[in-house]
Amino acid sequence: MSEIVPPEVRPKPAVPAKPSHVAPPSSGPFVPSPQGTGGEGQGSGRGSALLGYIGIDTIIEQMRKKTMKTGFDFNIMVVGQSGLGKSTLVNTLFKSQVSRRSTSWSRDEKIPKTVEIKSASHVIEEGGVKMKLTVVDTPGFGDQINNENCWEPISKYINEQYEKFLKEEVNIARKKRIPDTRVHCCLYFISPTGHSLRQLDIEFMKHLSRVVNIIPVIAKSDTLTLDEKTEFKQRVRKELEACGIECYPQKEFDEDMEDKSDNDKIREAMPFAVVGSDKEYQVNGKRVLGRKTAWGVVEVENPNHCEFSLLRDFMIRSHLQDLKEVTHNIHYETYRAKRLNDNGGLHPISSGQDTQESNL
Amino acid sequence: MSQADKMKQGQLTNPETPGYVGFANLPNQVHRKSVKKGFEFTLMVVGESGLGKSTLINSLFLTDLYPERVIPGAAEKIERTVQIEASTVEIEERGVKLRLTVVDTPGYGDAINSQDCFNTIISYIDDQFERYLHDESGLNRRHIVDNRVHCCFYFISPLGHGMKPLDVQFMKAIHNKVNVVPVIAKADTLTLRERERLKRRILDEIDEHGIKIYHLPDAESDEDEDFKEQTRILKTSIPFAVVGSNQQIEAKGKKVRGRLYPWGVVEVENPEHNDFLKLRTMLITHMQDLQEVTQDLHYENFRSERLKRGGRLSSHGYILPLSPAYVLLCLPFSTSSLDIHEKNQSFLRRMQEMIAKMQAQMQKQGEGDGDSPHL
Repeated sequence: MSEIVPPEVRPKPAVPAKPSHVAPPSSGPFVPSPQGTGGEGQGSGRGSALLGYIGIDTIIEQMRKKTMKTGFDFNIMVVGQSGLGKSTLVNTLFKSQVSRRSTSWSRDEKIPKTVEIKSASHVIEEGGVKMKLTVVDTPGFGDQINNENCWEPISKYINEQYEKFLKEEVNIARKKRIPDTRVHCCLYFISPTGHSLRQLDIEFMKHLSRVVNIIPVIAKSDTLTLDEKTEFKQRVRKELEACGIECYPQKEFDEDMEDKSDNDKIREAMPFAVVGSDKEYQVNGKRVLGRKTAWGVVEVENPNHCEFSLLRDFMIRSHLQDLKEVTHNIHYETYRAKRLNDNGGLHPISSGQDTQESNL
Repeated sequence: MSQADKMKQGQLTNPETPGYVGFANLPNQVHRKSVKKGFEFTLMVVGESGLGKSTLINSLFLTDLYPERVIPGAAEKIERTVQIEASTVEIEERGVKLRLTVVDTPGYGDAINSQDCFNTIISYIDDQFERYLHDESGLNRRHIVDNRVHCCFYFISPLGHGMKPLDVQFMKAIHNKVNVVPVIAKADTLTLRERERLKRRILDEIDEHGIKIYHLPDAESDEDEDFKEQTRILKTSIPFAVVGSNQQIEAKGKKVRGRLYPWGVVEVENPEHNDFLKLRTMLITHMQDLQEVTQDLHYENFRSERLKRGGRLSSHGYILPLSPAYVLLCLPFSTSSLDIHEKNQSFLRRMQEMIAKMQAQMQKQGEGDGDSPHL
């Protein structure tokens, strides 16, 4: 039997490699096996043996090219009391002035009397990939004396976005690409008291963890020493568990063992204790983003100082697509199912034609 | 000229010289008596949980006021209302005793709806005033315990851009009842520029809302330059931005109280790092003044309001004025011999009768011409 050796030169896969600290280094997608079976994929699920190279793997490259051309949307909502550094953190995350603070809002603005929803969109580009980033801010949350039900405007906004998407989907003449304004990720800022979660935090997360992906972060964490940080995180995790609050990444949506082990590592490290900054300082000859105080410089991207890099890698470099998928496949579908059950079916909206019973 | 002055001085201090009476020694006597009697001071701390109030109090007085403290979780906090917890500790330094009472207010600002959280605190302050008023009007005034709140440290969170609506409302509600000293907590969160900005913002908001915080009295003109300079520095640093710590950290070869971060050590007692020393200096050097302002301003305000409202205050129904001069006079008499004590009692009785007569007269007048313009 002559061995059919797969050709040495193959197009490299365009899938961005998972950072090593998130996933255990798995064997590369292509293992040049000397037996010539050319086993594809990562090993789970043995497909039928191929006798030569077909080029199925190039589909990834095709998808990538398409994505690059169309670009994609990402909507992030930031929730927390005023002064917790939400705008600064978003600017630091996306390394550009995308938060509303840079556009029109001045620092000396008064606290609004009710919770407002303000969204700002920017298109940012990196490596040829365009992303339309929308940051939804919620000034006034938790700032009043009486904060009862202050999460209602936020809940309403999120459901409105689902409704908008649902209406478009149900249309007879659908747009090719439905504009996606649904909130893919909600960053909830916890005040670094060092004691425990506040009542407001628990109420908010209880009401919204089933509707949107919530990622809790400990804001301005340069106020906590290392011991205080670990204790605080443990206590927060215990409290969230005791109240039955599931933050992203939710345990029930882990698809396979690899996902589960990756996500377990993340869940152990959450909530991330972050520090944001848009100023640079010179430290040891390098320019770093940080905060300068009389006793030292807090470096934002130094993993010994704070967990900003962990948050960024997790949110943007490895789980960005997953956030969108969970929003679309799970949260949106839950909303849709509820809507359809409640109304007994939706009527599609058409431009002048007779309406038909929806066959949904 | 100077020689004559010197001679005069020498005359005054030398007890044998003619013309020396000896009352220059009175301050020493008062000092000795006060040292024996000890001082009482009640400090109230108000602020949301997690702002480092207990740590700061422990750092200020170098004592552990809350040895068996259990921090409740969020779920337990849901049903709690604001509580008042008073802990008393006796501190002694170089023979001077201080009986310090710290009134803590756990639960303040924790609830989702904090509308009523300051009612409990205001009732407590009023209760202490009421009790003092009642004792003051009583017959036996020898051992009046002064539990009135002399000073209230209000902790402002460093995380916001200024004061929160709750902070403003609370300060407006108590600035006429107690000396309010605003303090910026956990100041190691702030860079120097942020700290200055926050202080200015807070002072602007205090002005804007007409809040009356405690103002340090200016140094007398006969004090020395150092004291004047110190007072001036203190006045410009309000509100104080403080950091508290119970731990000793090794820094630069010596042990200091501080907080250890991966990027450096914050020293609690370093004036360049925070205003802790200034806060402590202010509290210690102005403890007497805080008590006086409480007595002369806040308590008198309360008393006049209360008396205008009317109602019986003490068992015999008479309301006796207790002027500060009278208190001073009474002090030495508490340890005097029996006959002077009896003389005192009879003097009191006569005073009471006089005042009762006057009050009865005033009442008759009041009933007679109800619309008299001068009443």
